[in-house]
Amino acid sequence: MAAPSERRTAPAAPAARARRAPRTAAAAAEAPLVIRPVRRADLAPVVAIDATVTGIEKRAYWESVYRRYGAAAQAGRTFLVAEQAREVLGFVIGEVRDWEFGSPPCGWVFAIDVRPGARLGGIGSALLQAISARFRAAGVTKLRTMLARDNTLILSFFRSQGMMAGPLISLEMDLPPA
Amino acid sequence: MKLQKNTALALYSVLEFAGEPARYISAAEIAAKYGVSPHHLAKVLAELARAGLVESVRGVGGGYRFVGNARRLTLLDVILMFEDIASRPAGAAATPVERALDTVLDEIDENAKATFGSITVATMLGLIERQEAAKAVAPARRRKAA
Repeated sequence: MAAPSERRTAPAAPAARARRAPRTAAAAAEAPLVIRPVRRADLAPVVAIDATVTGIEKRAYWESVYRRYGAAAQAGRTFLVAEQAREVLGFVIGEVRDWEFGSPPCGWVFAIDVRPGARLGGIGSALLQAISARFRAAGVTKLRTMLARDNTLILSFFRSQGMMAGPLISLEMDLPPA
Repeated sequence: MKLQKNTALALYSVLEFAGEPARYISAAEIAAKYGVSPHHLAKVLAELARAGLVESVRGVGGGYRFVGNARRLTLLDVILMFEDIASRPAGAAATPVERALDTVLDEIDENAKATFGSITVATMLGLIERQEAAKAVAPARRRKAA
């Protein structure tokens, strides 16, 4: 059974009116923001948002992510989208990982994005709060993520949400040819 | 890591002013709070004013006020006005030992820059608020437990 959706920044609009697609940009901005589990039909806008942001369209990758985190996802795995006026404007994906790197179970966010034109409206914050609520419900009290240190925009977003450097350090090396 | 005194003073000042954006705060008030001479602080504030981050009003009730964008201005923006946190000149290492040590120091510099560059004044104000709220709650919990 799908988890209930969360409504954010919802103005006092009649339910019937809220279900209709608004005709103007202003009306769209006033429509309630709904955070809900992903559906197959959401994949196209999710792929489009990611392609806009990264410059690379990764349809096969997102199909695979949808299979693992969306449809019939294992417990602890979460793939949510933010929808306003029937348009998918953002998404967040994460899972509870147990004893990874010797750490007690905690919630990992490994993807979050909002369509560039819809940013600065609190959609990213709503997505992060929604996935945090699911992690809390799963019994974890720590949220983690990892990102490139030159990704200032997303780094600043996570910082603005109260995230600080954690106890893990990421390391890497080039593998010499065999 | 340790910031130079002027850099730290600039950060203290920006955060104090941004925490109360509607009030003009005197340089003397900031100087007393952080134990520095008003003369020393005045030079730092003049630099912040030149950069358009604060505005000043003279006379009774005057002082400084934050006029920057708290959601855009990062700690790194302020720091770089006063010092270069990666001060080692490129290519200065002459020996293999120096070059290897520079590699490690560069790693530290890059992480420091990423940290300072991702924390805005607004984020800092949020952190201050959360820390103060936690500080206020902690003694009450201790009293309850006792």
